[in-house]
Amino acid sequence: MLFDSVDEVAQRLAGAGYLTSTAIATTVFLADRLGKPLLVEGPAGVGKTELARAVAQATGSQLVRLQCYEGIDEARALYEWNHAKQLLRITAGRDEGWHEARADIFTEEFLLARPLLTAIRNAEPTVLLIDETDKADVEMEGLLLEVLGDFQITVPELGTITATRKPFVVLTSNATRELSEALKRRCLFLHIDFPEAGRELEIVRMQVPEVSETLAASLVRVIGALRALELRKSPSIAETIDWARTLLALGADQLDESIVHTTLGVVLKYEADRKRAVADLKVFG
Amino acid sequence: MSVPERLVSFVEALREHSILAGPGETVDAARVLAVLGMDDRERVREGLAAALLRRSGQRTVFDQVFDLYFPGAVGGPTDEPGDLESLREQLVQALAGGSAQQQAAVAQAAIEAFGRFGEGTQGAGGWSAYQALQRLRPETLLVRVLAALRADDPGFLADVRRDEVRRQIAGFRRMVETEARRRTAELRGRESVARNAVAPPSDRADFLTAGRAQLADMRRAIYPLSRKLATRLAARRRRARRGEIDVRRTLRRSIAYGGVPVKPAYRHHRPGRPELVLLCDMSGSVAGFANFTLLLTQALRDQFSKVRAFAFVETTDEVTHLVKAGAEDPAGLATRIHQEARLIRWDGHSDYTHALQVFADEYLDAIGPRTSVLILGDGRNNGGDPNLAALRRIVGNARRAYWLNPEPRRLWSTGDSLAHEYAGVVEMHECRTVHQLSELITRLLPI
Repeated sequence: MLFDSVDEVAQRLAGAGYLTSTAIATTVFLADRLGKPLLVEGPAGVGKTELARAVAQATGSQLVRLQCYEGIDEARALYEWNHAKQLLRITAGRDEGWHEARADIFTEEFLLARPLLTAIRNAEPTVLLIDETDKADVEMEGLLLEVLGDFQITVPELGTITATRKPFVVLTSNATRELSEALKRRCLFLHIDFPEAGRELEIVRMQVPEVSETLAASLVRVIGALRALELRKSPSIAETIDWARTLLALGADQLDESIVHTTLGVVLKYEADRKRAVADLKVFG
Repeated sequence: MSVPERLVSFVEALREHSILAGPGETVDAARVLAVLGMDDRERVREGLAAALLRRSGQRTVFDQVFDLYFPGAVGGPTDEPGDLESLREQLVQALAGGSAQQQAAVAQAAIEAFGRFGEGTQGAGGWSAYQALQRLRPETLLVRVLAALRADDPGFLADVRRDEVRRQIAGFRRMVETEARRRTAELRGRESVARNAVAPPSDRADFLTAGRAQLADMRRAIYPLSRKLATRLAARRRRARRGEIDVRRTLRRSIAYGGVPVKPAYRHHRPGRPELVLLCDMSGSVAGFANFTLLLTQALRDQFSKVRAFAFVETTDEVTHLVKAGAEDPAGLATRIHQEARLIRWDGHSDYTHALQVFADEYLDAIGPRTSVLILGDGRNNGGDPNLAALRRIVGNARRAYWLNPEPRRLWSTGDSLAHEYAGVVEMHECRTVHQLSELITRLLPI
């Protein structure tokens, strides 16, 4: 058990620089208590990956990260035999028989552990982050089932390796495709959405402490207005923080039309969105 | 009702709204309750959501059902409700203070004071959010809330603040609706309220009956949805490339090995992306559906070598250029099509007879052997001739053709609908919700 109560989760994550909502704190606490992986979904830039990092930092765990991409396979995710080293070993022991050689080259020494195996074998507290799970192929999910369901990995030559200490697992997904039901069933589900204004204000104040209270407040207010528009990509927390930093660098101490007009590109990444926002907020520079 | 019983009936109510939580999830939910206890309602809500939900679009339904099965209060407020003016003043203070708790208290008092309709406990009586909101009229409080905030924002920030208060008022309206559902559930049993009064999530809402807010929600989902559909189409394309066995060439090859098919020959995969032609009924009743589908195919355009869009009411006109520009103002697309394209001849009632004829006469060259045609419409021809000959010409030229009908299947060919006549010529599918549309797109579109 990493945490004793929901309040403790909120407190310690805040200490690691991550402000939680009720949903996030409760779900992290449950994932720890029930020993289930946590599947985090939500728009880009709301702090899904950051959550895993904060949990690791708050609990003093080691963070093991598996970045998924199209075509990722067992050799990249689980383990791989070190073929070159095995060949060397075989040539070094020329006189020995087949049985000794075979018994020797399939041992721990020749095993290259990839993130999943590393996390399972680690005796220290571990946070395993499987990032952008939706980018991996469907076949990869089958592989994850054994790891996440029973926290064990079967290496045919060595046998089954079971976790001595269950890692805290966080899977993130941008929902570009539906993950399989089997995988979702094994996880607790957390949808992180854009934060409510109060929490976002605190986040901005924490990340960019130099920015003044009034500027931060009106910044968050404008971001809220932008999210209410029908945009292709609504700004998320990452953009809010970027914007605060930009305004700080420009030395602006309050938001006015011209400064919003010139810096809107920091927040909105599509030209169509920018035009839309300029027209709707009536900021014409 | 004991906690496990309540939990099980809660999960059953969720299942009725197509949130399919199995027994495994229910056991998880029970564990969640055991760990969290029942002290903090918001934590219980989040905990159960984590155990029972599997995708993000399900949250609105979940919240509504949760409020019924784990209500925040029982019965009406204890203190005497004030008169209308004092309630309005309380609401102004609550909105200006931004405190959700105070707003909820006003919502409770408002339902208690003005929401009651009918008499007795059986059948007729209940609590109405509509009635309470009619008396309270929260949207007229905007100016007073702004005054109470003493906001003196410069320039455009004043507008931003005004919109913010408007959103808060909309949030308050939802609180009143929740409260009305809760009180009605106490009267009539939560099962029946959960079944009938919970609004579906936007991807299951009917195109034909969706309100403005729901249509806006749908449009907001277009880009994530198009990404998801593109991934599904790409996966289908990848699988298709592995190819089927070409029997003739495999047999021919096997002769060299004495009739044993040592090397199977695969059918060649034709490279190149398909073309798509949309023919949309833009008349009032089905315009929302056509609008959404046009925007979705536009977002999916890189999956096709060419997308052309045609709209009709009485006569047909090409609107490809308007749809292309539509990304900048998705809400106004239908209006612009009506303004800039020539769709009307006399009275503005849809006329499939003439519209199909015009398309077959003037735009048939848009359809080639690689083209898939999607026809969107309800097939309600106001009593005119179906003009199946023109439809046959259109379908005959295309590689594939489908008709997507936003009406429920049981209404086809009722009244002036010619759905079954058209369905005899072209494959017709019921397409009432975003969910059905995305299923159809991934299944039907060629790759």
